[in-house]
Amino acid sequence: MEAQLKRGLLDVCVLAAIKSEDSYGYKIIKDLKPYIELSESTLYTILKRLENAGMLTVRSAEHDGRLRKYYHITQRGVRRIEEFKEEWKEVISIYRFVNKEDEHE
Amino acid sequence: MNKQEFLIGLRDALSGFPQDDVEERIAFYGEMIDDRMEEGMDEEEAVAEVGRIDEIREQIVADIPFTKLVKEKVKPKRALRAWEILLIVLGFPVWFPLLVAACAILLSLYIVVWVLLIALWAIEISLWVCTLGGIAAAIVYFIQGSIPPALMMLGTAFVIAGLSIFLFFGCVEASKGILKLTKKAGVGVKSVLIGKENAK
Repeated sequence: MEAQLKRGLLDVCVLAAIKSEDSYGYKIIKDLKPYIELSESTLYTILKRLENAGMLTVRSAEHDGRLRKYYHITQRGVRRIEEFKEEWKEVISIYRFVNKEDEHE
Repeated sequence: MNKQEFLIGLRDALSGFPQDDVEERIAFYGEMIDDRMEEGMDEEEAVAEVGRIDEIREQIVADIPFTKLVKEKVKPKRALRAWEILLIVLGFPVWFPLLVAACAILLSLYIVVWVLLIALWAIEISLWVCTLGGIAAAIVYFIQGSIPPALMMLGTAFVIAGLSIFLFFGCVEASKGILKLTKKAGVGVKSVLIGKENAK
């Protein structure tokens, strides 16, 4: 997959993974595993980028006698997911068009 | 490798990086290992799954913005003493031209690389122009009724066309190579700034 495209997809995937409830690093990786393989370093970079963009917030909470970071989606993050869905409606219609061209050959 | 060794190794590999960043990353990887162990994975396995230190380091180098690295390196570790400031000010006529010269050399090296690429593509394009010219000349000779020069022109045009097809692939490869090279050079410059180039 093209790097730029993948980057955008990964951002939205991570946002989607924390949308319904706050999540933590390892859980995000596990939840996304069936769809997209994500390394620790990549996830760290994405989380950082999303935090800086104000799309998620981080809080540390105690878990089992140690600290664990939980990521919480913000309004802006939710909006990003909605934007993504809108953008991809267009992509999907283009995909259908390209596919149709193939069938005619 | 157990968790302790891994985190120490990572901290060691990341010395020279912006410090606040390093602490955060180490905490992040520590948490990742803990979470895996909590699921019943044994320690060694959990560490292995998190990734290899040199790979992690390489990715971080590529991730850190260039400006942040420069800022980190240029920022003095302690406040400058009065005589040091005086020296910097007085030395300005010496170090400033040197700095400009160094930048100019780097810039010109960069330009040379790209000019090479432009030259290659220019040759490629001119070969195609030659091919078209050859074919046009052949047609003109043919119309004038002089067949032997027409054939010669046509033959030459084909030979040049063949050459240009070969060169096209060469150009594409060279372009890719130079793109990769400039990317590598970027990472290389960053590594020098971090100051752990020889540790790699």
